Amino acid sequence: MIKLINVHKRFGELVVLDGVDFTVNQGETVALLGTSGVGKSVLLKHMNGLIHPDSGEVYVDGLSVPHLRRKALSKLRSRIGYVFQFGALFDSMSVRENVRLGITDQECIADDAYCRNRVSECLDLVNLPAGTGDKYPADLSGGMRKRVGIARAIAGQPTYLLYDEPTSGLDPVNADIIDKLVIKLRDSLGVTSVVVSHDVRGSFRVADRIALLHNGTIRTMGTPDEVRASTDVAVLEFFERDFETFLDAAG
Amino acid sequence: MTTATLDVRRIVGRFSLTSMSHVGRLAYFSVELVRALAEWRIWVPRAFEQAHQVGVGSLFIVLLTAGFAGAVTALQTGYQFETSLPVYIVGGLIVQTIVLELGPVMTALLLSGRIGARYAAELGTMRVTEQIDALESLGRSPASHLILPRVVAGTLMLPVLVIFADAIGILSGYWFSATGVLQLTSADFIYGAQYFFRPWDLWYSLIKSMFFGLAISLVPCYMGFSTRQGAEGVGRATTAAVVSASVSILFLDALLAQILLPNA
Ligand SMILES: Nc1ncnc2c1ncn2[C@@H]1O[C@H](COP(=O)(O)OP(=O)(O)OP(=O)(O)O)[C@@H](O)[C@H]1O
Ligand SMILES: [Mg+2]
Repeated sequence: MIKLINVHKRFGELVVLDGVDFTVNQGETVALLGTSGVGKSVLLKHMNGLIHPDSGEVYVDGLSVPHLRRKALSKLRSRIGYVFQFGALFDSMSVRENVRLGITDQECIADDAYCRNRVSECLDLVNLPAGTGDKYPADLSGGMRKRVGIARAIAGQPTYLLYDEPTSGLDPVNADIIDKLVIKLRDSLGVTSVVVSHDVRGSFRVADRIALLHNGTIRTMGTPDEVRASTDVAVLEFFERDFETFLDAAG
Repeated sequence: MTTATLDVRRIVGRFSLTSMSHVGRLAYFSVELVRALAEWRIWVPRAFEQAHQVGVGSLFIVLLTAGFAGAVTALQTGYQFETSLPVYIVGGLIVQTIVLELGPVMTALLLSGRIGARYAAELGTMRVTEQIDALESLGRSPASHLILPRVVAGTLMLPVLVIFADAIGILSGYWFSATGVLQLTSADFIYGAQYFFRPWDLWYSLIKSMFFGLAISLVPCYMGFSTRQGAEGVGRATTAAVVSASVSILFLDALLAQILLPNA
């Protein structure tokens, strides 16, 4: 379970998070939506301790992330896969080595055959052709880099996955493959995930619950049906255009 | 008058505050590195890679510089001592100048540009493209994966390069003193070199280079690691790294002479 209680974060004068309460239950997928620059990435980075809150509590798996000692934190992190918005691939390493670094279990790291299989398996899961493994990040397209980032995040078989815009910049076919992968990881392995997204329709498809970050707080959080039924002005404004297409599709 | 004094004090105050906070953070950074020593499985192989790059990549330019340094020492010593002293002194002088000062200091200054700039730019880029965050997000430590290999490589490779620099510097010094104004015979040169030789000098040269190697890798790694604000930040960190590495070499040079040389 992921639980944030009254989290505040500011950068200098800029208040980004102003009392965020956010809960993701075990085995659940929550989509985190919000306009650009509202602080979605910042919020996500609180969940694996890359950013420390100014005040408030962050719990993952019952552990208070900001207060963990080094060893405990790195152990927890090896169970949390993080997909970076801009890939953040290690550019001096090949794709294969990148994904291989994602394997975090000590025994697995020592097992060469396992690693090789796991790397190919993960590249396959994100629909990258087998030859990609030998390439370097600089030689890949933006969408391919994104998918390598996803492959790296899932390589260690994490129980939590934090995706920062996994489908932005992907064509509809590959976006669909990633959406299905998110669902599959939840259904078959019980992974608990947070998916940051701009893509409203994709979010309604993959998420059990939807959260809208607005002005530093979670403005609304509920099942897709609840969010659709919301009468909150800010929520309506954000979803307006997509709701129309939804209603069209439904009607 | 008063305002001027006040201003100076404020500037000095701010300067020493930021530099104190740098010293504090650098100390913390070093403690992290010492802790990371335990993860030798991770840093040892990576340190070999880095050492290879430092050594092979820098050898030619180091030898070239040392060759010129030896030549200039020989020619100028010849000019300075032409008539006044027995010629064999020149042999001792060249060897001592190269081993005690020129070999280590010139090599270190050269490498503070070469590896210092590289380390700062590499780590700075990794920082601003979130590669360091990515490493941490995988539960891995940047200290053992990225920094320790570089610092170990720098600290151990500099003395190796200095040995080469010393050798080439002395050979070149010998050759130029034999062919230059002095027409020094090899017997004179060797006699002078042996007459003034103390084994401690060699050790001093190597110990000194190790400290220099530590400084030109640790300081740039720290600067790169704490980079902020995009490409401009990387540029700033790189420049700052080369400048501070060079300054710390000069500072260490004076300090180590005080501490390690008898009767200095
Ligand atoms: N390390 C930082 N230092 C200073 N300001 C930061 C830092 N990280 C983020 N910010 C600021 O916090 C705000 C939120 O940034 P964040 O990256 O979380 O936005 P976002 O919701 O992910 O936007 P997008 O959808 O465009 O990715 C921005 O105004 C950004 O400038
Ligand atoms: Mg973002």
